[in-house]
Amino acid sequence: MSTLLRLEGIEVGYGDLTAVREVSLEVRTGEVVALIGGNGAGKTTTLRAITGLLPVRRGVIELDGQRLDGLSPSRIVARGLAHVPEGRQLFPTMTVRENLELGAAGREARARRHETLEWVFRLFPRLQERNRQLAGTLSGGEQQMCAIGRGLMARPRLLMLDEPSLGLAPVVLKTIFETLAEINRTGTTILVVEQNVARALALSHRGYVLENGRIALSGSRDELLASGHIKQAYLGL
Amino acid sequence: MDAALIGQGLLSGLLFGGVYSLMAVGLTLIFGVMRVVNFAHGDMMVWGMYLAWMLATRLGVDPYAGFVLCAGGLFVVGFVVQRTLVDRIVDAPHEMQILLMLGVALVLENAALVAFGPDPQRVRSALTASTLWLGPIFVDVGRLVTFGLAVLLTGALYLFLARTPLGRSVRAAADNPYGALVIGTDVRRVYAVAFGIGAACVGAAGALVSPILPFQPAGGLSLSVASFNIVIIGGMGSLLGAFVGGLLVSVAESMGAVFLAPSMKELVSFSLLIAILLFRPAGLFGKGSA
Ligand SMILES: Nc1ncnc2c1ncn2[C@@H]1O[C@H](COP(=O)(O)OP(=O)(O)OP(=O)(O)O)[C@@H](O)[C@H]1O
Ligand SMILES: [Mg+2]
Repeated sequence: MSTLLRLEGIEVGYGDLTAVREVSLEVRTGEVVALIGGNGAGKTTTLRAITGLLPVRRGVIELDGQRLDGLSPSRIVARGLAHVPEGRQLFPTMTVRENLELGAAGREARARRHETLEWVFRLFPRLQERNRQLAGTLSGGEQQMCAIGRGLMARPRLLMLDEPSLGLAPVVLKTIFETLAEINRTGTTILVVEQNVARALALSHRGYVLENGRIALSGSRDELLASGHIKQAYLGL
Repeated sequence: MDAALIGQGLLSGLLFGGVYSLMAVGLTLIFGVMRVVNFAHGDMMVWGMYLAWMLATRLGVDPYAGFVLCAGGLFVVGFVVQRTLVDRIVDAPHEMQILLMLGVALVLENAALVAFGPDPQRVRSALTASTLWLGPIFVDVGRLVTFGLAVLLTGALYLFLARTPLGRSVRAAADNPYGALVIGTDVRRVYAVAFGIGAACVGAAGALVSPILPFQPAGGLSLSVASFNIVIIGGMGSLLGAFVGGLLVSVAESMGAVFLAPSMKELVSFSLLIAILLFRPAGLFGKGSA
């Protein structure tokens, strides 16, 4: 499998604060990779740096062998990366349909948007029912579906999700994670940030554990599930 | 006080209201998208008037056709002002934004003073000379055309925002700028386009009103104030509010001229502002909390 995303020793921060340092990780084509860690570990910061929303102070980010660091978010998204951010960040006074279509930003994505929209509606039939509803009036679960759908509309090579489980009831959460697995089976590579470690690892092939802005541990799903540290600190076993 | 006089006042007010609506639509678009109050709005309008005047006097272009070029010229001004200046202060505290925009207003006003001198000007158009009679009420054809074009432009703006990909991106950036950035929208470009369109609206309004009202470089401030007044009445950031508010204020002013005195214009529109804010603190179509 070829490497799709590669981070090499990146350092990111806010003003004087360094939130993430010496982070290296890679995501191979076709994989689901989990990035897990507690509050304030630097997960969101890492994703924001990948999308170009925060400057990388040190290190390299590559997508499919091409440098991403230093590019603007619009360039990076055009290279085939979709970011489903923490807190959904939908457009509340626009309809579900408009939110989804806004996701189809690049030239190719726009040309194929009808076809992609059908695919998104097949994955999340609920969104089709709520087509004309304002996104701000959706339930939490529906908003998450809409945010994922908006990401998929970009026809990304890599889909990055920041805590998709946040604030969701167990039933909805199960549906959404099953759909993510299906999205991956049909060819989309996924990097998922989670605090719900059990859920995230169940979905993933491999994972990285971020603690205090550094990678503390990494390995295959089974290695991580077998790790005493993970069991104790994240799974409460 | 006879009915014809009142009818005349209502009609004149309504027809003039198109210009007010267009001014306010431009201001509210800029505010709605960037949360920046364009204190140079009235001065941009004055430049629209002078552009129309130059086109008419130098090239013989009637302002009812030349307004398109004036809108285009002001689009460029707005785009550049956003790209070079406003872009730096979009996230700055309000007082800094106000200082910058007042600075832009001063520069525009004084540039007009240098270029055109302090004396009032007026643009001649064949249309303003003609009138129609509807029974006892006369219709100034210039005002009628001005009104029609202002409504048309507002409608076109609405369609642009509702139907086109770029227009949707403008609304998305207004709704949630971070969300727009995350999905790869070039938010700086969208902001510049929105500022450009806001300036184009007021530039067109200036050109369309130039055959009706005399203008001079110092007139910008009172036009800005009139625009703010309407935008607040309609609800900050609401396009529909700005449109309806423009018609409402104009009709009220016109009625004030009939029942009180023509010089009471400002008194009437500010009274209307206060009355509306007493009952709807967020304005007629505002969504903000009461
Ligand atoms: N805008 C900001 N300005 C300053 N510091 C920030 C900012 N955003 C995050 N931080 C700090 O950076 C560190 C990493 O935050 P980050 O949001 O990346 O954590 P996280 O792993 O996503 O946590 P959570 O699971 O709670 O979302 C924290 O110490 C946080 O306080
Ligand atoms: Mg986070």
